[in-house]
Amino acid sequence: MEQEIIIQIKDADSFYGPKQILKNVTLDFQAKTVTALMGPSGCGKSTLIRCLNRMNDLIPRFRFEGKVLYKGIDLYAKDVDITDLRREIGMVFQKPNPFPKSIYENVAYGVRIQGITNREFIDGIVEESLKRAALWEEVKDRLHEPALSLSGGQQQRICIARALAVKPHVILFDEPCSALDPIATAKIEELITELKKNYTIIVVTHNTAQAARVSDFTAFLYLGDLVEFGPTAKIFTVPQDKRTEEYLTGKFG
Amino acid sequence: MSSRKLDRNMDAAFKIAGLAATFFGLLVLVVLVIDVFMDGFHRIGWDFFTSYPSRKPEQAGILSAWVGTIWIMITTAIFAIPLGIGSGIYLEEYARRNRFTDFIEINIANLAGVPSVIYGILGLGLFVRMMHLDRSVLAGGLILALLVLPVIILSTREALRSVPSSIREASYALGATKWQTIRHQVLPAGFGSILTGIILAMSRAVGETAPLITIGALTYIPFLPTSPVSLSQQSPYVHLSLQGFFDPFTVLPIQIFNWVSRPQKGFLADAAGGIIVLLAITLFMNGAAIYLRYKNQKRW
Repeated sequence: MEQEIIIQIKDADSFYGPKQILKNVTLDFQAKTVTALMGPSGCGKSTLIRCLNRMNDLIPRFRFEGKVLYKGIDLYAKDVDITDLRREIGMVFQKPNPFPKSIYENVAYGVRIQGITNREFIDGIVEESLKRAALWEEVKDRLHEPALSLSGGQQQRICIARALAVKPHVILFDEPCSALDPIATAKIEELITELKKNYTIIVVTHNTAQAARVSDFTAFLYLGDLVEFGPTAKIFTVPQDKRTEEYLTGKFG
Repeated sequence: MSSRKLDRNMDAAFKIAGLAATFFGLLVLVVLVIDVFMDGFHRIGWDFFTSYPSRKPEQAGILSAWVGTIWIMITTAIFAIPLGIGSGIYLEEYARRNRFTDFIEINIANLAGVPSVIYGILGLGLFVRMMHLDRSVLAGGLILALLVLPVIILSTREALRSVPSSIREASYALGATKWQTIRHQVLPAGFGSILTGIILAMSRAVGETAPLITIGALTYIPFLPTSPVSLSQQSPYVHLSLQGFFDPFTVLPIQIFNWVSRPQKGFLADAAGGIIVLLAITLFMNGAAIYLRYKNQKRW
């Protein structure tokens, strides 16, 4: 199979105020695979994933040095409009965060803000996105009820459908299951595996078992360093670094 | 052992003291309201609302006062609401934090606490004299708009700040611009709180007397500001006019103030009647604000 690199992180350093969060991270992501960013709390895995769609820009004292190339375009270049590129690099957050609007409006929002008003077109996108997020059957009869009336797991799938509606190429998952029960977690994991046929998936998790279940590649971060990166099977069976092995066997974290 | 007992006694003592303090305030209020109702309730009736002030207390009414209050409130709202919400959005969402915005912020908070008569003096110099608006509805409305502007700005900012960042992040992550995020997510989510702030600000303006007396609003007005819409028998049948904004006016608190200062006993009953109407208006507005706040207690 042809291996296509879709995102490259080059020499990334990031700072929050005077504190350095990421230390010289260089990492490539292959298209249409699932890559897990794994590590204990505070290792910089969330910061790293939020560099990929420049979500960190919203934090006043945040600073980034280095490059993030998406299909060869440097996301941090001066002439790049990140609002356009965020449509191609979608994101699902740690806590389900549907808008306080109806299920339909949540999914339609990303399309509407592009200036599209054709009702039938939007209806089509909403249905397709909800189907891809494995939620259509559960909500098709109550699309106009508030999204906040759904369960936590359903809310998270609304957020996935909402991200899918703008036709991204990459989807970033920032600990998508940390606020969910085991059954809802299993559904989301199943969905991630299904989605990788069409999308590049990057998922942050502190849960080693989850990384092992869903990912093709795993990166292990510790205290801002990228300790080890490789195919998930290899990382979990023959870790090269002592710190990776200790994390996987539950000695810390 | 004895120290624990003392603590418990203190507990009980404070509870009683606190209860007494609460009831004291309530009691005074109840006595006041009952007193006003006993004096003025018999004046409330159709004639009271449809009569102009008069030299004879039993014929006097609040027609020009309540119509003037509505005119002034509408004028105040027209200026204060867009300016207040606009400034609130700018300061909360767009302005960079630096010495200049800190300075503006401190001053807005201070302005909210400036005595209202000071606004009256400012209005007298600026609107009445310099801009030659005279003692018009427009001058009165502008002064009250200045008066409530800081309150609306502060409550708008408060409302926007309480919208969780997760909502903004979700919007940005879908490729929304800052304006789209504010317009479609942040403002609707904070709308209830903004509206509550506006109603409370307006209910403060309804009762203001000092700044309007300062500009010399008249106390005896046997006519109404020119109606914005009038009908006639001949073409074009409907006439629109802005003349009302430039007409003299009076408002409820001024009318009440005027009656209270009269020597005749009958005018005291009129004043009490006016107070009942004013109380009803503020009670209604505050009630609406409380209802909206309760209804908008969303959990994200």
